[in-house]
Amino acid sequence: MSDSDRHINFKLMRDHILALQDAETPRGAKKYWRSLDELADTPVFREFVEHEFPQQAEGWNDPVERRTFMKLMGASLALAGLSGCVFQPPEKIVPNVKQPEEHVPGKSLFYATAAPLFGAATPVIVRSNEGRPTKIEGNPEHPNNWPVDFPPEDPVRDPRGSSATDIFTQASILSLYDPDRSPTPTFREQISTWTTFVGAMRSALDEVRSKPGATIRFLTESIISPTLGAQMKDLLAALPQAKWHQYEPANRDNARGGAVMALGQPVNTTYRFDLAQRILSLDCDFLSPIFPGYVRYSREFIARRRITETNREMNRLYVVETTPSNTGAIADHSWEVKPSEIEAIAKTIAAGVGAQGGGASVNLAWIEPLVRDLQQHKGASVVLAGDGQPPFMHALAHAMNNALGNVGKTVFYTDPLEVESVDHRTSLQQLVGDINAGMVDLLVIVGGNPVHNTPTDLKFTLELLQKVKLRVHLSEYRDETSELCHWHVPAAHYLESWGDTRSYDGTVTIMQPLIEPLYEGKTAYELLAVFSDKYDRKPYEIVKSYWQKQRSGQGQGQTAGTRNNQSSQQTLARAPERTPAAATPTPAAPSPSPSQDFEVWWRKTIHDGFVPDSAFQAKTVSFNSGWASQQTPAQPPPAGGFELVFRTDPSIYDGRFANNGWLQELPRPLTKVTWDNVAVVSPNSAQQLTGEDDNGGAVKGREHYVPVVAITNPQGQSIEAPLWIMPGQPDGVITVHLGYGRRLAGKVGSGEIGMGTQNEIVGFDAYKIRTSFAPWFIAGAQVRRVTGDHLLATTQLHFNLEDPNFSTEERDVVRSQTLEQFLHGEVHEDEKHTHPSLYPDYPYSNQDENTPNYAWGMAIDLNNCIGCNACTVACQSENNIPVVGKHEVVRSREMHWIRVDTYFSGFDPNHPEGINFMPVPCMHCENAPCEPVCPVHATVHSAEGLNDMVYNRCVGTKYCSNNCPYKVRRFNFFLYQDWNTPTYQLMRNPDVSVRSRGVMEKCTYCVQRIQNAKIQAELEDRKVKDGEIVTACQAVCPTEAIVFGDVNDPNSRVSKLKRSERNYSLLGELNTRPRTTYLSQLKNPNPEIKA
Amino acid sequence: MDEAQKPYTEGPMHSTAPVIDPGLTFASVTDKISSIVLKRKTSLAWFFGFAISFALFQLMMLAITNLLFVGIGVWGVNVPVAWGIDILNFVWWIGIGHAGTLISAILLLLRQRWRTSINRFAEAMTLFAVAQAGMYPIFHLGRPWLMYWLFPYPNTMGIWPQFRSPLMWDVFAVSTYATVSAMFWFVGLIPDFATLRDRARSKPFQILYGMLAMGWRGSARHWHRYEMAYLLLAGLATPLVLSVHTIVSFDFAVGIIPGWHATIFPPYFVAGAIYAGFAMVLLLTIPLRRFYGLEGFITMRHMHNMAKVMLATGLIVGYGYMMEAFFGWYSGNKYERFMIWNRMHGPYHLYYWALILCNIITPQFLWSKKIRSNLLALWIISFIVSIGMWLERFVIVVTSLHRDYLPSSWGMYQPTVWDWSMFIGTIGFFFTLLFLFIRFLPMISIFEMRTILPEAEVEE
Repeated sequence: MSDSDRHINFKLMRDHILALQDAETPRGAKKYWRSLDELADTPVFREFVEHEFPQQAEGWNDPVERRTFMKLMGASLALAGLSGCVFQPPEKIVPNVKQPEEHVPGKSLFYATAAPLFGAATPVIVRSNEGRPTKIEGNPEHPNNWPVDFPPEDPVRDPRGSSATDIFTQASILSLYDPDRSPTPTFREQISTWTTFVGAMRSALDEVRSKPGATIRFLTESIISPTLGAQMKDLLAALPQAKWHQYEPANRDNARGGAVMALGQPVNTTYRFDLAQRILSLDCDFLSPIFPGYVRYSREFIARRRITETNREMNRLYVVETTPSNTGAIADHSWEVKPSEIEAIAKTIAAGVGAQGGGASVNLAWIEPLVRDLQQHKGASVVLAGDGQPPFMHALAHAMNNALGNVGKTVFYTDPLEVESVDHRTSLQQLVGDINAGMVDLLVIVGGNPVHNTPTDLKFTLELLQKVKLRVHLSEYRDETSELCHWHVPAAHYLESWGDTRSYDGTVTIMQPLIEPLYEGKTAYELLAVFSDKYDRKPYEIVKSYWQKQRSGQGQGQTAGTRNNQSSQQTLARAPERTPAAATPTPAAPSPSPSQDFEVWWRKTIHDGFVPDSAFQAKTVSFNSGWASQQTPAQPPPAGGFELVFRTDPSIYDGRFANNGWLQELPRPLTKVTWDNVAVVSPNSAQQLTGEDDNGGAVKGREHYVPVVAITNPQGQSIEAPLWIMPGQPDGVITVHLGYGRRLAGKVGSGEIGMGTQNEIVGFDAYKIRTSFAPWFIAGAQVRRVTGDHLLATTQLHFNLEDPNFSTEERDVVRSQTLEQFLHGEVHEDEKHTHPSLYPDYPYSNQDENTPNYAWGMAIDLNNCIGCNACTVACQSENNIPVVGKHEVVRSREMHWIRVDTYFSGFDPNHPEGINFMPVPCMHCENAPCEPVCPVHATVHSAEGLNDMVYNRCVGTKYCSNNCPYKVRRFNFFLYQDWNTPTYQLMRNPDVSVRSRGVMEKCTYCVQRIQNAKIQAELEDRKVKDGEIVTACQAVCPTEAIVFGDVNDPNSRVSKLKRSERNYSLLGELNTRPRTTYLSQLKNPNPEIKA
Repeated sequence: MDEAQKPYTEGPMHSTAPVIDPGLTFASVTDKISSIVLKRKTSLAWFFGFAISFALFQLMMLAITNLLFVGIGVWGVNVPVAWGIDILNFVWWIGIGHAGTLISAILLLLRQRWRTSINRFAEAMTLFAVAQAGMYPIFHLGRPWLMYWLFPYPNTMGIWPQFRSPLMWDVFAVSTYATVSAMFWFVGLIPDFATLRDRARSKPFQILYGMLAMGWRGSARHWHRYEMAYLLLAGLATPLVLSVHTIVSFDFAVGIIPGWHATIFPPYFVAGAIYAGFAMVLLLTIPLRRFYGLEGFITMRHMHNMAKVMLATGLIVGYGYMMEAFFGWYSGNKYERFMIWNRMHGPYHLYYWALILCNIITPQFLWSKKIRSNLLALWIISFIVSIGMWLERFVIVVTSLHRDYLPSSWGMYQPTVWDWSMFIGTIGFFFTLLFLFIRFLPMISIFEMRTILPEAEVEE
């Protein structure tokens, strides 16, 4: 029904109701209605509702839903009819042309804030359209995102700050609009109100306070927010009997333990990869988004790999790892070893570099040259240990950095990010001990989902929790933990809340909300305030008063940060033109009062998105002498069995993103599995387990089915998991990913939607076999094949590496060469495929003398790509790309406009020579094969070289997709887009069409951004500047692998890249002449190490 | 038993069987053929066959309804394989339709007298097969309700279709083919409609056939003009035999996909179409001839001739397969080479080898006269060839698409229950039309049969 019809119907109905009321009331007496309910609750209205909104009418019997609905309907009735605002009066009216400040309809606003998803926060700029946040980008003004000054004089370096983020930050906008988020507080499953909750808490508090003994416990995740930390400390001071515990499943206890072991104190370690020439990672996946500071680190790391005219040196990355990772794929040398072997290797290397705690115990040919290489780069190397490695390994890494003179040069120590750094395992142990001892009456769980993710020996079960009289849980979803708590309070999303947080180096961002809470979400600040005297404070007051106090206490005595101030000013100078969100603060008056001064500071800080110079100062640390003797003797691995490795899931982390469809459907970087987690083993081990021939992990003849295995840990706990064969996985090691098997994640994460007809739990719950004493790996696990196969949705089927017919090398898809080959000019990639043609080329550079002629193009540097998938999610967010669900992915119908292909090279599936990533968007071919085959002109070439897709004209023959050699076109086989959920309607980018069923779609080079920039340029009577247009994938790429621009302009970055010797066209021999070209990858192997 | 229904007993086999039973006369020919429509009681078997066909036809309607409501996604098509058995069936049905025009037009121009007994039937079959084929390009669209955008009509959008697209050519080729075939068929029916009008005993049929006969009185002038028109139409239809399947083959040959992009496609597709068409004619004629006792009209000579055409076109098709493999190897192109390797050894290799078995090995039996004379064997061979031609299109459409250039986008294709429903449904629709045809129209051209009788020989 069209809107106007609806209005007319409302009008008719209003007349009807009024007529009835008139009949009931004595003539002349005016009928008033007392509430909207009364107005709405007439038979006529009900009938109207049933006719117009049958789906809502179903909720009539549910008193709660009915009330809400009546409220809404009553309001719209009153507004639509009685107040008469919908229709303009017939008389001529004169609008007030004064426009609300900062508001131009159709123009986006940008606001700076930070995404505190887990660990360190990511500083972001959020785009807002008519008050709806629609896209998240990194904050280029934030010190973390300042340009890397390496290599010097790089012609293609982006002089601006980076707007990179990661997959989790990109996808968090979907979580904001998730209709499954918990809408209201509940008490014992009944809907309640915040006021009732506050009342209940206050009385509970009084009760507890009157009783002797320590009976209140707070359980939080790691708290980084300074305000929240201060609140918590104040709370503990006011309630001496209360205790604060912290637990996160993917905690950094090991890193903390290692620091305490070696340095005597918990520290936050930060790195300068732009200064590091040699890097040794001991099972540390620092190029994956779960590593704090990853966005900065990956950019610095890649900058060191960029070869220019002046810089002919690359850094070299050595990785020793227990399961293949993105970092291992990028590495110049990677060795896959069993978890039980890595410590001996690390010790041998440590002994080689002369670090304390070392001891030569293994004899491997590559160790000696590696050690020599590290020693030759003293002060310019970095050694890292992974979070999964025991504290000893972290201590060893600290010792090696110390021995190599890296501390203070490439490795810095600062105070921990957390307000209070604790050992999570101990903290949880104490809490469980207290609960078991009956010492806890009130348990307040602030965030987290301990019922799902606590280790098996400290599991939050119903039995355990029943010993606590009153349990409160704050979380965004009504999850497994909420189910077992009396009170559940919905948490506000970070885009709905005020707050503060820190990024990896400690720089503070004061977060501002972009939107009022969509549901009745409350922040942790508000929740903690309930337990303090000022229990009704708003988060804005809490945060602002905290900072006011800080400022007045400290005065102006802010210390300088680690980055130099010059670049700080350069970058900041551009801030106002970028973000019109808050007015640029006027220069302070000569002698402002302190409060005025604070207001100015507060506005500027919120506007810029960070507190200047708030990064932690590097501090000097002293090494504990004799720390190495503290180490507990390594337990001999139990004979036999598999070594079991736990990892957080690359897409849904520890399970907190389980209900995020974008992340669920994001192909995992190496396996390309979506909607599931898998148990990863090597081809050899798989054969041993299943007795089947290697078939890419799939059960023979059924491409998407894989065998199921039972994994039993040494404690006898067992789970069943689908088996996935991963080339490069060490034999005898099985890796499982945490976070899946969520029973109450929401409709997406628990398999109610997106999974086709089967209502199945998504993935398996690896927490069921994870213990607190071996959280990351354990030896002696038993694995056996059980009956049954599992349907997996992968976006890229893996084929037998041994068969030359499948070899990607022969197909020349991804190209890789060594630095040496490149410097000697042995490889020239840009072979010209010249095919004669009868038709002259289209004159992109000389069409019209009066208007600028652009020819858009893109260059993707494979040397920079770390396979992080951020481009895929950013594109999904920018271009309103739907989620299709597991069963559609099984049928190869995923909709991603840019995908990251993964290729294994070499011929031995057990030991691949390398893993390569290749982002593939639409190539925008000059001779696009898709264009001439479309019978209705739905895909046409633009005068600027774009291969445009006209959705409205598309009838869906799918011929273009068939004829695309890159298979980048995506088809709406069904109505994939959710047209009904109102929150999703708010989320969409208004500049991009929402595609319907039966049309083809594909990458447009973010044509909406091109048009915006062109309109702006035209208004200002100039050409679009190079770098002014940034596609979504380019903006998000932490390593600047994707560069977009005008290829007509010989000085544009993209033109310079395309002139590189490494530049090549994918499938160039087909004469498609793609606009998107690739630069081959460079590897810098140690010549002394034989592959 | 009625004279007309008396089965014709075959005489001893001669080296050249007659085109028509020598015992027939003008009157008996007219009696025999028209009685099937006018006098003979509709048999239970007809009702039975019609009921099954009609039920399957309803399955098609169900499949189409579901498709329109839910979306093209109910089929198994996906991104590497965006055309599945929908386009495959389109090509298959179009191919079947080829025999009709070939028999009617080309053999007419070549003055092959034996064609007369089977041309009406083959033309009807063509028309019905083209009707099935024509549905697929419409319903395979993502938005079938916009299919008229493929036609060049003046519109407010001021936009023409894209004339470079082979799908556009298809629109013209198939619609022209359907129109000309329908006209040819109808024109051929006019004198027979007049015969039926004159012989029909019930008023409604007299009126119906009378209207269809368009005032045919059989005057010499009528005949003169009629012959001319028929010849012209035959001339018009002749290039269509070659053009339609050539253009259909362009759908693939113009594409860039290895396995599609081949210059051999047009002749190889045309030969394949004739091959499939004759197989289908045999498949249907053999039982019909037996059931309606038409052995006198459709003699062993026809069987032999049709078998020989099948053998010849089958050999051309076999040559096509060989050349595809040869080109794959000889081109030295890694993608072409892989495509052939993948057909023979990839996940769909069974389809390929079944195709070789059905389309190359099986027709070799037709070299033997003994087998050609054995109607059951001939029927089985025709059946196998029909399946083989379906497999050939599967191999071309699906296996070429499922693994093309970038191994990252390779995938598999699995037709769904709706794919099969639609396919089986079109078979049902085809037979529904066919059953109605044999019940209400003379399935053998009466007046043309009379011209090949000895009585019609004129001493010059």
